Amino acid sequence: MQPLLTIQGPEAALFWFLAPLSVAAALGMLLVKKAVHSALLLAWVMITLAIFYIAQDAAFLGVVQVIVYTGAVMMLFLFILMLVGVDSSDSLTETITGLRPIAITAAVGLGGLLVSLLGRATLGREPIGLEIANSSGNVEGLAALLFSTYVFPFEVVSALLITAALGAMVLAHHQRTNPRPSQREQAINRFRSGSLAGAAGLPGPGVFARHNAVDVPALLPDGTPAPSSISATLKARGNVLDSGQFQLDNVDTTVVEEK
Amino acid sequence: MSLDNYLYLSAILFTIGAVGVVVRRNAIVVFMCVELMLNAANLTLVTFSRINGTLDGQVIAFFTMVVAACEVVVGLAIIVTIYRSRRSVSVDDASLLKQ
Amino acid sequence: MTTSSNLLWLIALPLFSSAILILSGKRANSWGHVLATIVSASSFTIGVVEFFAMHGRSDANRAVTQKIFTWISVGSLNVDASLMLDQLSICFVLLITGVGTLIHVYSISYMSHDHDRRRFFAYLNFFIASMLLLVLGDSYLNLYVGWEGVGLASYLLIGFWNQKPAYATAAKKAFIANRIGDVGLSIAIMIAFATFGDVSFAGIKEHADEASSTQLTAIGLMLLLAACGKSAQFPLQSWLGDAMAGPTPVSALIHAATMVTAGVYLITRSNFIFDEAPIAQLMVLVVGGITLLFGAVIGMAKDDIKKALAASTMSQIGYMILATGLGPIGYAFAIMHLLTHGFFKASMFLGAGSVMHGMKDEVNMRKFGGIGKFMPFTALTFGLGYLAIIGVPPFSGFYSKDKITETAFNAGGIKGIALGMATLLGAVITAFYMTRVVILTFFGNERWGHKDEPAESPALMLIPIGLLSIGSIAAGFIFSKGDGLVNWLQPVVNPLKEHHAEEFLPPIIVSLMTLVAVMIGLTVAILKYRGDQVAQAPEKVSVLVSAARRDLFQDEFNEAAFMRPGQSLIKILLNLDYILIDGLVRSVAATSLSAGVRLRTLQTGYVRSYALMMVIGALALVTTIWVVTA
Repeated sequence: MQPLLTIQGPEAALFWFLAPLSVAAALGMLLVKKAVHSALLLAWVMITLAIFYIAQDAAFLGVVQVIVYTGAVMMLFLFILMLVGVDSSDSLTETITGLRPIAITAAVGLGGLLVSLLGRATLGREPIGLEIANSSGNVEGLAALLFSTYVFPFEVVSALLITAALGAMVLAHHQRTNPRPSQREQAINRFRSGSLAGAAGLPGPGVFARHNAVDVPALLPDGTPAPSSISATLKARGNVLDSGQFQLDNVDTTVVEEK
Repeated sequence: MSLDNYLYLSAILFTIGAVGVVVRRNAIVVFMCVELMLNAANLTLVTFSRINGTLDGQVIAFFTMVVAACEVVVGLAIIVTIYRSRRSVSVDDASLLKQ
Repeated sequence: MTTSSNLLWLIALPLFSSAILILSGKRANSWGHVLATIVSASSFTIGVVEFFAMHGRSDANRAVTQKIFTWISVGSLNVDASLMLDQLSICFVLLITGVGTLIHVYSISYMSHDHDRRRFFAYLNFFIASMLLLVLGDSYLNLYVGWEGVGLASYLLIGFWNQKPAYATAAKKAFIANRIGDVGLSIAIMIAFATFGDVSFAGIKEHADEASSTQLTAIGLMLLLAACGKSAQFPLQSWLGDAMAGPTPVSALIHAATMVTAGVYLITRSNFIFDEAPIAQLMVLVVGGITLLFGAVIGMAKDDIKKALAASTMSQIGYMILATGLGPIGYAFAIMHLLTHGFFKASMFLGAGSVMHGMKDEVNMRKFGGIGKFMPFTALTFGLGYLAIIGVPPFSGFYSKDKITETAFNAGGIKGIALGMATLLGAVITAFYMTRVVILTFFGNERWGHKDEPAESPALMLIPIGLLSIGSIAAGFIFSKGDGLVNWLQPVVNPLKEHHAEEFLPPIIVSLMTLVAVMIGLTVAILKYRGDQVAQAPEKVSVLVSAARRDLFQDEFNEAAFMRPGQSLIKILLNLDYILIDGLVRSVAATSLSAGVRLRTLQTGYVRSYALMMVIGALALVTTIWVVTA
């Protein structure tokens, strides 16, 4: 005779408090602009789930959830986000037409069907509870199963872990095809290039404003004249000079040795 | 309240994850939505193990976690590699297979 | 019914000879015509032997049959390919093979300059074989095979010189008009099968009185349509004039003696149907009467000697058809006139061919004149034929036409008088235009347009004409002596020995009336054409003459009533086919193409839309599970 499980009051209260919070956090993860906010909200969802696991007599799993998932996986996510750019954010407007409504409809339909299916799956089935299965402790019970019935998948999964680690290493490895130029070599390259314009490194903005005359346009850092510095009347009259003649290349740069 | 409520919660979380995969453009956020879906599935497994009175569900949930971890590792490495060459993590940019 | 094994040879010999001549190609050019003539003569010999054998047997045993093989055995339809030779068929067999052989001999000389002569003889033999099959078939279906065969032979022979598009068109016209008749025959066979369950003559004859009169009338009318097509009767008469595009021996054999008489044979053979269907018989009389006057009127205005003779053929066959509508006794007279007509018309056509040969293939009679001096034998034989056709005693035509006129009057009442007057009027007009032909061709001033005198034709051409003229002289007398032909045919067409109705007028009076009619026509023609011989056809003519010159507008009528509506129907159907049926097919292709174009837009290249596809797929999967486990 199996003892029937009845859910106690505290567990119900816990559920009804945390479940809406987790749903809200998931929705928020979906809707916020900044990716870092999404990551943090997901972490909250995972902690909620860990609490649920512990409440459902899956203590080991709950702790593993916190350590592995929240601790390792979410932190990994955050590291990568920092690598990519903490400020990276998506615009919320949709580029593919009609994607959003179809997606929401399909997903809501999916959700509804899943709910109905799951409800049907437990129809007429009384929950048994894990009292007996956990009789020698949750960890022992898991271990007994893990190393007897599921030992082969266990080995395969461990092989998978090793493979994943190797894969990450291979993907992250960046092999240079030619040796990295040293400081000396970099300096020589700078001076031996076509013009001395870049010898001292790229100038800052506004450096090429050689004249403040009205008829010479100011240059932007890439050499094109700045439109806002050209007088419209002078241009109409044709009196605007070409600022190219004042480029550094046309200046005589031979060095006269001083005796 | 019955244990079914846990199942409904997991279905809702799964749905939200599915929407997120389709709607978000940042590759890392998409990945996180996938993680959400995996977690929802784990919750279902644990609840069912409690209903059935055996620990098999928990063992499978455990394996799922391990596999998810491996997947995250490899997936994020790929994202980083793509980022290095394209300087962008938007999934819309990888549209070379457009007809 | 006794069986015989000779009947098949009658048909097989010409058929094989035809095949040999076609397949041997140019190798047979030197001996092909000889083989064909010998084969035709052999068939004639077999026919003569069979005739004498038949004559020696008693009335009840005269018919012989021969089964060749079981042809169709499907469900309740059982038709054997078998032949039957009875008193009626033997007349035709002798006519076909006899006249046919003489024309073969004639053609050896007439076509000697043509390098396709071998092909000509092959077609002639094929024609003989088909016509024999037609008259020897023991069921409507077997007859139909021969019917189609002669139609094909006619087409091939009319369009023999198919380098000229006009001749090829004439052949096509003949074939199409024949085809309309063939439809009639097919429908008749179908109705017969539906009514009697059997298509053989013997079978239907036995049960003819069991069918309802509507069915019999329907069969009769359809058979009449078939006869009109093959015998060039109104309304399917328009092809006969154009059929003169073929070589003259063809006109003599097919369009004078044999093929055009197939309609008369059909109606005579179906006497058991027509005797029970008075409405059909009435239609036969009407068609015969109309055609005999139609042909006569056209014949008056034709300047082409062959076309004039063709119009005369149309008219004479009108006489025969009219005779077949006069009841059991009429059939025998129709056959008598058919046989005599075969002789004199064939001899006149061959004579016309001889004249054309001498006048360098000229056919316009206005360019003839005075030829009698230079071609005496031709003139003599043509003259004998002429006397026969107009019905001067004691030549053959007198006996046969006279009997028809008499029987027409004896039909009684208004019908009898109308028919009798029609035949008398026909006699007048026939005398007129035949005299015109003779005067324009053989007498009077020479209007040739050149100085070369026409020479008499070679012996090979003259001998057949001479032999046929013997027929024109004597045949009528022989057939009617002691009611010979009537008694011979009586078991076939008049088994109950019905006597004719009361005599309307004594026969001698009828003969005198006919002779008077003939004299009138003859005198008018002599008076008109003795001096008035214009080399060019006069242009200012009365309405009737211009109508007759244009064949009483038969071509215009056919065009307006059938050709143009037919063509617009075809255009409509073509459009329907293009729009509906092809449109359906094209729309299938267009649909798949546009579906492809639309589906292609799914490949956007965006990962997210593919992810959406996966979600939708998952949705579909879950739905299926949900539905299945419900």
